[in-house]
Amino acid sequence: MSTAQDTSADIAGTRPAAGKSILTVPLVASLATLGLLIVVPLFLKNFVVFQLTMIVIYAIAILSLNILTGASGQVSLGHSAFFAVGAYATGIMMEHANVPYLLAIPIAGVICFVIGFLFGFPALRLKGVYLALATFALAVAAPPLFKLGTFEHWTGGVQGLLVTKPEPPFGLDISQDRYVYYLSLTIALIIYLLSVNLLNSRSGRALMAIRDNEIAASSMGVDLALYKTLAFGISAGFTGIAGALGAITVAYVAPDAYTFNFAIALFLGMVIGGVGWLPGSLAGAAFIVFVPNIAEGISKGLSYAVFGVFIFAVIFLLPNGARQLAYYLYAQIKKLVSRF
Amino acid sequence: MQGQPLLAVRDVSVVFGGIVALNNVSFDLRQGNILGLIGPNGAGKTTLFNCLSRLYQPSKGDILVDGASILSRPAHKICDVGIGRTFQNVALFPNLSVADNIRVGAHSHTKSDIVSDALHLPWTRRQEHTLNERVDEIIAYLDLQAVQDQLVSGLPFGTQKRVELARALAAEPKILLLDEPAGGLNHEEVHVLGDLIRRIRDDRKITVLLVEHHMGLVMSIADHVVALNFGSKLAEGTPAQVQSNPDVIKAYLGSKDQ
Repeated sequence: MSTAQDTSADIAGTRPAAGKSILTVPLVASLATLGLLIVVPLFLKNFVVFQLTMIVIYAIAILSLNILTGASGQVSLGHSAFFAVGAYATGIMMEHANVPYLLAIPIAGVICFVIGFLFGFPALRLKGVYLALATFALAVAAPPLFKLGTFEHWTGGVQGLLVTKPEPPFGLDISQDRYVYYLSLTIALIIYLLSVNLLNSRSGRALMAIRDNEIAASSMGVDLALYKTLAFGISAGFTGIAGALGAITVAYVAPDAYTFNFAIALFLGMVIGGVGWLPGSLAGAAFIVFVPNIAEGISKGLSYAVFGVFIFAVIFLLPNGARQLAYYLYAQIKKLVSRF
Repeated sequence: MQGQPLLAVRDVSVVFGGIVALNNVSFDLRQGNILGLIGPNGAGKTTLFNCLSRLYQPSKGDILVDGASILSRPAHKICDVGIGRTFQNVALFPNLSVADNIRVGAHSHTKSDIVSDALHLPWTRRQEHTLNERVDEIIAYLDLQAVQDQLVSGLPFGTQKRVELARALAAEPKILLLDEPAGGLNHEEVHVLGDLIRRIRDDRKITVLLVEHHMGLVMSIADHVVALNFGSKLAEGTPAQVQSNPDVIKAYLGSKDQ
């Protein structure tokens, strides 16, 4: 976590250098990516669209983790729990209380914000590996709680909970899968823009100041307890929204989908994308969705071993993940442009 | 200049376990002065500093700014009374740019909440605009334009010290606490630093409390000097008075007869 972890604004293209065109390379790259995300699914089969939806949803969760770990420096190995709470909250609201999904999604986010914010208080006393273990405890504790007989009426116990997949509104002539994809993409885009704004503001600078030096930050007037708990709340809240979208995309909420393995996958996605670099969340999400499949294609029996080799390769060749690749390409393009 | 001192340290004692780090230390810092706090290693200078910035709680005594005690304030509320500081071994935010480090310095002078920040509301944009103007002014004042967009971690030590000073100035303090600003600087740089501290006092009307090992620097810029040894005040007065005080000479040069 040593190299450039400053605000993501420079790469998101929100701060163009004086005198230069407003169309910076990062901005063009962001718009091109967004364009592809909008257009390409129109030509794909429903199953691939479903996979892309999961990538977008995981990207939201990884981005949330990035706000907590990348910006405020608090490690979490327990984000699967917040994702699960978001998913269950949505499932229960929709199936037991007939809450429309467009209302259930933000409510799930608010519920997770409150839980994350409250979890932030004991987390204040924990640093580094101890915080990692405390969040790990959260991840392992969540699935059994959802299976518990006491809550079975609500959660469906070990059976899980079937969720109604929403129909496209206004009689739009697109498949349910495509509709859920575009819904997820829209929400992801909103969360991304909010997060870029946040990290690029007074609050974001306070978070990063805490990550870099707590004592100096507090001497500058930064309220450590306030910002650290808020970081937990925001991160959990956005992850809860990802969980809510996951529930309606899969149309099913099952306790075993949100194990500790999933928390590690999100953490892996964050590292692959580049810790502290928000656009990398999408690359990290694509990695955790596609690379296990590729590994399985190479060898069925040894798929996890092959996956392990892929992880090794990435952290050796690109220790700063997709961010490093993006910066390298950016430098090359600049060189190329300056030659003409 | 008589009347109420800007900063008053009253009988402050700090005890760690059984060790007395500070023992009934009292002195006044007057508006517009540069006060040098000197003493050999372990004399309690940094301990006193950490009491002033509320990182330590004195076991006894009081610290007053403009006549009001600051001891009930938490560390992050200390800049509100106008105390800014630098750290002995430079405590910057290494992964932030120079400009962002200075922006964090103004945290206590700005307001925001996460919702307004995330939505980038007009009032936060206006505030950022005003903040950027102030940051630009400080960057120019301390001659940091060339490095303003660089990450702090890659800068030479002397430049990092200047960034730290800039960050402290961004809070527009009334009192600036400098903890060994000359540490790690060469002869030439120390000379420049001395001029800079005096300039800051004169231009920006900031009162300075300077903890320093470098006797040359303290003697050339301080109006008033307090010497500590083993946690107690040894001597106080003008630089010349303190420099010729036999106890001070003994503490610095050993107990041999002069």
